[in-house]
Order: sequence, then structure tokens, then C-alpha cells
Amino acid sequence: MRQEVVLALLAKEPSHGYDLRARLREALGPLGEEMNPGQVYVTLTRLERAGLVESERTTGLADRPDRKRYALTAEGQQRVAGWLAEVSWPKPDLAEFHLKLVAAAAAGLADPLTIVDTQRRELLRRLREAQRAAMAESDGSDAALLLEGIVLRLQADLRWLEECERNWNGRGSES
Amino acid sequence: MSDVVDAVVVRASGLRKEYGKGEGTVRAVDGVDLEVAAGETVAVMGPSGCGKSTLLHLLGGLDRPSDGEVWLAGRRIDRIGEKALARMRRSAVGFVFQAFHLMDELTAVENVELSALLAGSSPRAARRRAIDLLDRVGLGDRAEFLPSALSGGQRQRVAIARALSNEPAVVLADEPTGNLDSAATLEVLRLFESLHEAGQTLLIVTHDSRIAATADRLISMRDGAFVDETRLTGGTSGSLGALAGLEG
Repeated sequence: MRQEVVLALLAKEPSHGYDLRARLREALGPLGEEMNPGQVYVTLTRLERAGLVESERTTGLADRPDRKRYALTAEGQQRVAGWLAEVSWPKPDLAEFHLKLVAAAAAGLADPLTIVDTQRRELLRRLREAQRAAMAESDGSDAALLLEGIVLRLQADLRWLEECERNWNGRGSES
Repeated sequence: MSDVVDAVVVRASGLRKEYGKGEGTVRAVDGVDLEVAAGETVAVMGPSGCGKSTLLHLLGGLDRPSDGEVWLAGRRIDRIGEKALARMRRSAVGFVFQAFHLMDELTAVENVELSALLAGSSPRAARRRAIDLLDRVGLGDRAEFLPSALSGGQRQRVAIARALSNEPAVVLADEPTGNLDSAATLEVLRLFESLHEAGQTLLIVTHDSRIAATADRLISMRDGAFVDETRLTGGTSGSLGALAGLEG
């Protein structure tokens, strides 16, 4: 996860590390459970060293070990604004799979349709997992929206696999 | 051979359905063998035109096969007479369709109780049962609504309540989420899940991968035949974060 995420969470108000973790968990739902709990603190330390956040000691509650409250510096604010304006999107790695099919077919090493089937099962397994997680979320929660995104992307990948199957199936019957 | 097959609710062997004759013969279903155990949720997935709807119609006794056997709730149905077949449909099967097929001029509860009334149930008993069923699908407070006042997901849940009214051995669903958006699809999937947990046998034909992925068993169909079968239980736990772009 990028440092900017932690930075942007601080834009609401100066916060303790545990507040940020709680907000991350809320926004990510079941996906947040998989995060390393120390990551927020590590990130905050790095951000402080970089001068993007500053901290002050507070008289925290006895049962909470971290008593540092973090706030954005002017530079940190600028970085958040820049990050929000940035256009970025993770790249799907379709070319590798596509070339696997092309190479396997050309060399006669493996049946492209078998590779497609194996891939489809794996995607369906992931879709099942994402769908089950989505069904367990309450409607309209932040985490449900994220899971919906995962479901939709997996469905798009599965549709492409259908096209791959149709295509390679057709070639098989021609030869 | 015994007429009763334990624990197998739906069974088909060598099932074929052909339309037309001679050169122009279309094999909509071409040699399907299938067993669905009691309490199982099975999804048959395939592109439109692969024969999955025809298969569902054959299994539910809405249509007759050109060849092969169909057993439903322990009875062979492919050769029984029209009256007996109609009786089997009414008593053993609950149908759910893509387009809901609700009566627009009847309220939700009237739609659900209709088949019980036609079967000779007393109005009072039919109404009580229909209210129970609507409660079960989470729409007890919508009983007096007309379908036009309900959302797509709610209409499909009313249709599912209606499908359950005869306590069917199996619910056969044909693209039940085909007309629904994401949120409504989720409603229907949650409902199917609760029916599954209650032991209801479900057979769903669909091209929607998200409904297929939630089944116990997933069968892929192409050109009238089954080409792949997989159990998706278990799963790759811990991969969701990576799918969302989160690293540990």
C-alpha cells in the first residue's frame, strides 16, 4: 500500500496510529484483516522522517501503547492534494497470459484450452471467495463497494477467457 | 429396478433433445448425464444458445426429451402421461425465471398464494403460508405491494417465495439474476444461500459467473453437452487483498 494512503487518511484530522488502522479496517472490511498491523506505524515513522507528518506526544489511554498523535505538515498536505489529482490505475497483466497461449500452441507443448480451463477454475475460485465476502457485508458499506470492484474485474477476466476459448477452439477444428 | 432413488433429487441419463429433422436437425441437448443430490446447489453455466435452458425445461417436465431418461424426486418422468407430468411439476418443482413471471395485477402475497389456491387449499391456509414464505425471503412487510411497486431484486424474491410454496424437491432457476443489477443480484444470492443452508436442493442455469461461483458444483455446458465440472469449495484464502492491490 502506498504511503500516500496513510497520509490522506490524516487529512481529516490529527490522529493516532490506532485510529488510522481502525478507519482502514472499516474501509477495507475483510481485506483489512489481511494487513500487517504494524504497517501503519512503519509508514508513519517513514512519513515523519520525510517531513510529511509531524507528531506530538499525548497523554494517551493506559491500555494503548502509542501516544503519538500525527498531523500533516504543509508539505504533507501538498502531497495528498497531488495524490488525489493523480490519474493511476493498476495494469492488468493480460499480455503474459496471452503469450503463454500463443507459445504453448506454437510449440505444441500444451493445449491452450487446458491452460484456459485451469485459469478459469482459479478465477472462479477467487470469484467465489470475493462473492462470499461481499454477501457477508452489509449493503452500502465501504468494504462492500471494494469487494464489488473485485467481483466485476474477475467477471471481466472470465469473459475474456471465454473469448480465448472460442478463439483457440475454432483454430483447433480448422487444422 | 426400484422406482425410488434415495438422496438423488434430479437424475438424467443419455438426455437428448432435437429440434427439426434431417439436415436441419439441431441438437439442443446432446447426451447429458446428471445427478443432483438432495441439498446440493448445482450451477450449469454456458453461453446463450448452449442448451442450458432446454436442459432445465426437460428436467422440470416442461418439455419432453427426444431420448434418455429424466428422474425427479425418485420418479421417472420422461414417459409418464400429461396429467401425471403436470402433477409432478406442481408437487416436486419450483421454477424461477429471469423475467420473474409475476401477475402484475396481483399483490405479492396474492402471487405467492395463487398456486396453493388453485390446488384447492383453503384461502385462509393459503394466505398464512404465503405470508410465511414472504417472511422467509425477507419481504413480509411488502405483502400487499403490487409487483410494479417492488424493485427487481424484490420481485425476484417474491417469485422465489412462490417457487417454494409447494415445498418442492428441487428449485430450478433459469437466469435468475439475468435482469438484475449488482445489488439485486447480491439479494438473490443471499437468499439462495439461506435456502441452501436450510437444505433446499437448487439447480441454476446461468451465464452469470458470479452466481455460478457460489454453487457447490459448477458444470460448464457447450453445444448441448457438459464439457467441464468442478467443485469450487475451499478457495484460495488470503488472495482477496492481492486482488484489490493490497500487499501484506
